[in-house]
Amino acid sequence: MTTDLALPMIDPRGEACDDLLALDPAVLAQARFAIIHDLVAFAEDRVSVWLLSKGKTPGDAEVEGFRLLGLHRQAAQGDASFNACRETCRELIYQTNMVKAATDDAEAARHVRLAIMVARHLALFINGKLEVAGLGEFCCSAKGIRSEDADRNQGHDFDTTMTTP
Amino acid sequence: MKHKKVAYYPGCALEGTGHAYNRSTKAVGKALGLDLVELENWNCCGAMEVKNVDPKLQTYLSARNLAIAEDMGFDTVMAPCNGCYHNLKKAEYDLEHDQGSKDVVSRISTKAGHKTYEAGKVTTIHALDWIKESVGEEGLAKLVKKPLKGLKVANYYGCMYTRPRHIFPEKDQGPGSESTSKPHFMDDLLAAAGATNVDFPLKTACCGGAHTLSDSDTSTKLVLNILMAAEACGADVIATECPTCHTGLEMHQKRAETNFGKKTSVKILYFTQLLGMAMGLSKRNVGVHENFSDSGDLLKARGLG
Repeated sequence: MTTDLALPMIDPRGEACDDLLALDPAVLAQARFAIIHDLVAFAEDRVSVWLLSKGKTPGDAEVEGFRLLGLHRQAAQGDASFNACRETCRELIYQTNMVKAATDDAEAARHVRLAIMVARHLALFINGKLEVAGLGEFCCSAKGIRSEDADRNQGHDFDTTMTTP
Repeated sequence: MKHKKVAYYPGCALEGTGHAYNRSTKAVGKALGLDLVELENWNCCGAMEVKNVDPKLQTYLSARNLAIAEDMGFDTVMAPCNGCYHNLKKAEYDLEHDQGSKDVVSRISTKAGHKTYEAGKVTTIHALDWIKESVGEEGLAKLVKKPLKGLKVANYYGCMYTRPRHIFPEKDQGPGSESTSKPHFMDDLLAAAGATNVDFPLKTACCGGAHTLSDSDTSTKLVLNILMAAEACGADVIATECPTCHTGLEMHQKRAETNFGKKTSVKILYFTQLLGMAMGLSKRNVGVHENFSDSGDLLKARGLG
């Protein structure tokens, strides 16, 4: 997507989101379509990086017409903790739809700002998960993140005699 | 009236960092004419720590609390903390679907000398369900003495209130039920008290709460984004319904300022504190003085509390 405006390039850590948020609302409104295109591409890239880190090939399948949702579904298969960002992905699509449907510049700029924050949140979550894989494991997915280790580890330092026959 | 008298499971956090939530929940219940009967000799729900090490032991710990509620003659237990609520629901689900969990709960319960809890005897509800399904918005609106008029609120539900979806079979059941993708019960209640809910896109977004000690910077960045998004939406206040979310938002708001130089001024209050003040209760009655975040100026300006 091209625009006459020189927009900040969104970096993998999403730090350029700060620069985007600092733009004047009029600029956000004028560049709305370029920005939301870049944000969705950025989000797809982040989920793809997560899939690649798991040895999976990011697919092109769409869910409800959106590749981002398809990628999220692919990432969450067999890994319920990834559902911790399901609503974030859906919210990004919602906000971009609202940008497309906006009838005036102020409304468009508001939804662009929210889309930027949502995309940044997705990046923060996935980047955090790349560093600490357990993010979302034992809260959102209700999974014991060390239970598999415990099964394997006979030298554990906690007492499982109560739960093992 | 549904839920006129229910068993109350405050959980550990509400006796410590979340004491303001405990105080305000009880105060609001009293003002609404609802009776809470605290579980006798309750224990930790297993929280994240026990679940982390041994999920079936966590199921037992939560099941014991459900067994206590049943023994006390209740078919409903209300847990205001998202972590407790989630864990009791998870235990219920596990005991219905997983024979291994049933065996473990039976074995430990026998060893401990108390009745083994069986799925289906006690229903766990959240504080939001409790108010919404007892007095409802209309009943609440009739009791409002100081409407939250003009107060712009971003409702933050956190993660464990809606995830994973399969342990909340009553949600996503169409009109009137709670939604896991866009929860609205807190929005509904605060709107009934006169507040203006802003369109907040991070209602259920991860705050990194469980990693607040192991990876504080990630938690701070996630929380900071939530705070900044709330401000961008025009919110004066973020309303919370979980002590872990609440404490995380408060602590990381401060940490974002000291460690990253990012100051945000949005206030953080439990939804029960807002409802209580709308019903004419004082700030002290609803434990505003026990919050870490100072919302005094905002409340004074709004004539609340």
